[in-house]
Order: sequence, then C-alpha cells, then structure tokens
Amino acid sequence: MVFTMIAVHYFASIRENLGKEAETIELPEGVETVAQLIDHLIQHNGSTWSEVFTDNAVMIAVNHEMTDRSAVLSAGDEVAFFPPVTGG
Amino acid sequence: MKISIQQEDFDITHETQLLREANSNIGAIVTFSGLVRDLEGARKILSLTLEHYPGMTETSLEKIITEARSRWSIQDATVIHRIGEMKAEEQIVFVAVASLHRHDAFSACEFIMDYLKTRAPFWKKCRDESGESWVETKASDQEADERW
Repeated sequence: MVFTMIAVHYFASIRENLGKEAETIELPEGVETVAQLIDHLIQHNGSTWSEVFTDNAVMIAVNHEMTDRSAVLSAGDEVAFFPPVTGG
Repeated sequence: MKISIQQEDFDITHETQLLREANSNIGAIVTFSGLVRDLEGARKILSLTLEHYPGMTETSLEKIITEARSRWSIQDATVIHRIGEMKAEEQIVFVAVASLHRHDAFSACEFIMDYLKTRAPFWKKCRDESGESWVETKASDQEADERW
C-alpha cells in the first residue's frame, strides 16, 4: 500500500472561515485532482467547507504555482487555497 | 534583482542608490511607491494588515520580473512589499526598474505593479472604526493586468 501524503494550506478569509491554517492529508484512492481533493474535504468537514469551496473565485496553487481544479496531485505536493489576491 | 518581503519600512533614496551602484551603463531608473490610503470610498481606514504566502510570494515576484525582462530591455529591478500591520499613509510597496532608456523602465515598472496586484499572494485586511474586514479585489486591477 502506497500512502500519498500532501500538505494543504489555507490563507486569509478562507483560513478564517474554515478555522484551519494547514494540514497534512493522506489522499484516499480515487482522489487524484484538486477537484477531487475539494470533494473529499467537503465530505469530511461539512457545510462550511461546502460553502467556501462553492465559490468559484477560490484560487488554487500547487507547489507555489497558480493552477485550477483540474490539476493532478502527486505525493509530497503542497496545495494552497486562497481568495483573490489584494496586494500592492 | 532584489525581492524583499519585510515588516519594516523602506527608504526610496537608499533603494535607488543601491540600483545605481549595482549597475553601470543605465540611463533611467523608474520608481513606484504605493501608500496605505486613509480613505477607502467613504470609510476612514485606521490600519491595514498584510498577510502573504511565504515561499510562493517570492517565486511569483521572481516570475513577474523575469516576464518583464523578456518583454523590455531592462537591466535590474527591485520589488519590496511590506507585510504585517501598517497605518494609513505609510509606505506599503516599492517597485524600481533600471534600464538604458526610459521607455523600457516606465513600461516594465507599471507591468510589474499590475501583475503583482493580481498574481502575487498577498491579502489585505483593513481596520476602520467599525472593525476589521478583508479587502475585496477591484475589477480595475484585473483589467490593468489583462491589457498587457
């Protein structure tokens, strides 16, 4: 059995709404993309998570590169979820 | 290339001097500095708190400067972004570009700032008399990004 561990980070309003800053997750079989990871997180954490991730404005980075929900995950990846950026 | 994410304030004169010392054969340095506005619409802003994504912030700024280098003939660039808490009217961001001719430096400086606004992982939370709230993105920032 191969364990696929990934790190997940949450920032700004998403971190506050979820009440979570970061976690390490073992991907179950069948969870291969960011979209599937989101479904998995919602299933395990409930309605607040569903509300947060229903928002299509949620931005996604995998290993510090902006991407989208179709990105394929591998062991050791760092996934981050955050709202649209407002620096400058 | 210098990228700095820091809590402390910066000195524009010093940063410009560093670019002059590090580069020969430049004919222009264009600088931009952004300040914390004290009014956001009708709201009086008391302070801002800047959060970022350590690691990704530096990578994304590097990529933005590299992209600017591929589009214009520029010799060097500095980007400084402050994080943590800042009061209204304080300096928050600095971009400087050095080049042989002014046109490249003007364009690259504006490009770096526009891309930073929509692509670098920073988030602002502002505090006014009624409490704290996250700053929303502006459509005008997205439009400024897309014109490049």
